[in-house]
Amino acid sequence: MTDSADLDYLDGNAAAGPLSEFFAVDVVSARGRCAHCGRTAALATARLYPSSHGLLLRCPGCTEILLRLVDSGDSVCLDLHGLSFVELHRDEGGSQPNPQPPA
Amino acid sequence: MRTGWNVAEVIGVTQETTTARTLRLRLPGLTGHRAGQHVDIRLTAPDGYTAVRSYSVASARPGEEIDLTVEELTDGEVSPYLVHQVAAGDQLEVRGPVGGWFVWDPADPSPVQLIAGGSGVVPLMAMLRAHAVADPASAGGSAPFRLLYSVRGPAAVYYRAELDELARSPLVDVTLVYTREAPAGSPSPARRLDAATLTARALPAADNPAVFICGATAFVETVADWLVQAGHSPERIKTERYGGMGAKP
Repeated sequence: MTDSADLDYLDGNAAAGPLSEFFAVDVVSARGRCAHCGRTAALATARLYPSSHGLLLRCPGCTEILLRLVDSGDSVCLDLHGLSFVELHRDEGGSQPNPQPPA
Repeated sequence: MRTGWNVAEVIGVTQETTTARTLRLRLPGLTGHRAGQHVDIRLTAPDGYTAVRSYSVASARPGEEIDLTVEELTDGEVSPYLVHQVAAGDQLEVRGPVGGWFVWDPADPSPVQLIAGGSGVVPLMAMLRAHAVADPASAGGSAPFRLLYSVRGPAAVYYRAELDELARSPLVDVTLVYTREAPAGSPSPARRLDAATLTARALPAADNPAVFICGATAFVETVADWLVQAGHSPERIKTERYGGMGAKP
């Protein structure tokens, strides 16, 4: 994934499924702070750029990368260095548990 | 290890338009979902190649069953299979329903403005259905709902009869904007949604509605900009774009 300055992006909402492999709650409802520009907003409002091997979330303010997920089949890697914090609100959707597979 | 992928059974198929079908799935163990959520579907080819796409849930029922309405993308890897080949009794790999952001909260008394471009109506239909079954005395159940649905022509409209039925409620207003072909006898010709029509038909900014917009990226961007120019707070506008890998191609 190199240039991302086109219209071919989605909302961070769509990362809810892939990120549910890492987080027990719906993390796209959480607020994250961009490590580059400081903009703080729900990850669901970030720009999602899908790729054949994962996805990128970019800050809608400064377009820097907030989060990178790389899926190689046998493993999946999450790079969060573009986020200086992630804040969950317990009384909102962010605390809703992700659906669990049946036992 | 928890991966979140589950096997769902297709228990029914309904043709919505010539290019879209509604699949009814049973997800064993599911106890309902929130209106506006989506699922991911994973198809695996015999050689192990996998393709994952997201589809919004259209239904709003409490148990193990969900409906997905899928629009065919002619160059898609997943949607042609779901629209033309899948049959009742088949199994699909499904993750979710997931997503806690683009959802309607039945405890929220705010008026709700829904704006759909084409197949973007699917998650908004789940919200209308959830509203219809909510206790009319509850906060959300007594909230006014408006749907503005931009669609190519009469033959492309999803859920036509049910939308007419829902619009009988004094709380619900449904406006269709035909962009390419107007119905026979329509007083106005087909035309793209514009800012004037949006402002005339949408709940005013003064009502501080919760706004949900779903459609192609350019549609969503344009409509959201018009609403902000009309005085709506960006904080009250939630969007879901589709296209490429992510949403409901």
